[in-house]
Amino acid sequence: MQSTEIAIIGGGPAGMCAAQAAAEQGARVTLIDRGKQLGGQLVKQTHRFFGSEYEYAGIRGIHIANILEDAVRKLDNIEIKIDSTVLAIYGDGVITIEEGENYKKLTSKKTIISTGASEKMLVFTNNDLPGVYGAGAVQTLMNEHGVIPGENVLMIGAGNIGLIVSYQLIQAGVKVAAVIEAAPQFGGYHVHAAKIKRIGVPILTSHTIKEAIGKEFVEGAVICRLDANWKQIAGTEKKLDVDVICLAVGLSPLVELLWHAGCQMKYVPQPGGYVALRDRDLQTTVPGIYIAGDASGVEEASSAMIEGKIAGLSAAEALGYNKNASHMKAKYMEEINILRAGNVGKKVREGLKMLAV
Amino acid sequence: MLPKNDKAYVEMVKRLLPSLKRREKGPYAIFECFQEIPCNPCLTACRKGAVDIFIDINHLPIINYEKCNGCALCVIACPGLACFVIDETYTKTETSIKLPYELLPLPKAGQEVEALDRQGNVVGKAMVIRVQNHKKMDHTCIIAIAVLKEQSLVVRNIRY
Repeated sequence: MQSTEIAIIGGGPAGMCAAQAAAEQGARVTLIDRGKQLGGQLVKQTHRFFGSEYEYAGIRGIHIANILEDAVRKLDNIEIKIDSTVLAIYGDGVITIEEGENYKKLTSKKTIISTGASEKMLVFTNNDLPGVYGAGAVQTLMNEHGVIPGENVLMIGAGNIGLIVSYQLIQAGVKVAAVIEAAPQFGGYHVHAAKIKRIGVPILTSHTIKEAIGKEFVEGAVICRLDANWKQIAGTEKKLDVDVICLAVGLSPLVELLWHAGCQMKYVPQPGGYVALRDRDLQTTVPGIYIAGDASGVEEASSAMIEGKIAGLSAAEALGYNKNASHMKAKYMEEINILRAGNVGKKVREGLKMLAV
Repeated sequence: MLPKNDKAYVEMVKRLLPSLKRREKGPYAIFECFQEIPCNPCLTACRKGAVDIFIDINHLPIINYEKCNGCALCVIACPGLACFVIDETYTKTETSIKLPYELLPLPKAGQEVEALDRQGNVVGKAMVIRVQNHKKMDHTCIIAIAVLKEQSLVVRNIRY
């Protein structure tokens, strides 16, 4: 059995920032990620990020992944386990890990869960045909492995992910036939929409997909209009000759480990489903278990990084490490509040109100 | 809300324009940024201090046209690709527009291309004046194009 002071589960933007923050305080950290490399979703984000210079605004996500990983690897008191999937957190605090081909056990004094989120599915006829992708899968194929998913794409969902992935598809030389959105207004940033609009991609609001067409794989899609009550309007069906249907219909926090650890959970729609109650330090109702990033509620990578720093500092502080920790934490709290202060942060603020303990 | 058609969009952009006197002096930036999102690279990138300091990162940027010299650093810095540089003094009949561009292949200087509006409609022709693409720009290239003067506020993309 191995032991560590702080185990961090998930090596995306939140997990890496948590590891750095905690290790810089002096704590011994084990950072665990199931992927073959650190970075989480950042490694697929080829676009420049928003936010302020503190969260690397203006820099592409792929480069931010490198910056954060370099910082983590420079610290001797961080042990990195990649290709390592955490299977469970048991009542006695034992964390079990499938590390490559091996089954390992780890105990920790504090644990930060930064496992990210998973994509939501949408119900429509033939949604199991090959050619129906999640937007994350399209990004993995295209931006990590250099493989295009098809020739002509129907994007479902005009939130930031749907808009960004549409743009990335066009950059990869793939045609995007349309982006459809069930809501009467698209949810993503206007500037992301403007980028694909001026390339000529229509964004059809109050539209949904009825069915995917094809026997062995996707050969088309039928879309239709929705009325004010989100009911399909008969006679408005339109067939599109696409070979890829890409779903970008939202994310849900990945919270299985939080359930397993016995954290008090609550269903709150704004952060994307079941999430853990937390205090200001991002500690859950189970003492010693902290959350950060999308696992604590779906938000931007910029806030995930700051949450990581707060959780990392809190965990280290609770272990008695304190190199100006409370002052730094206050600064990060202020930073994240500023990011969440505007109109687009309204949903996040509403969600957080319901989750505070 | 993002304007539904180009006409409405152009009206919104018109309200951002500097004075006629400033426009006659040479290139100036415009920020087609109409939604408050937490973002400030335009402010931090500008070396002329031409973006009024906004404390709340969610606020919209405002350009001080006394200081803006149309250098186009903001065109590369803006993650939303929403900054453009307009030069109405380019020739008697043409305006030059600097566009952020992230698609391949890149056009070449001297190439005639289709000019597109914000909805992707072809609205005429444009001549590529210059293509800027160096390492520091990290794949956000600047394409300078010449369009007819009356299309200064209409053309925002190219196709070829």
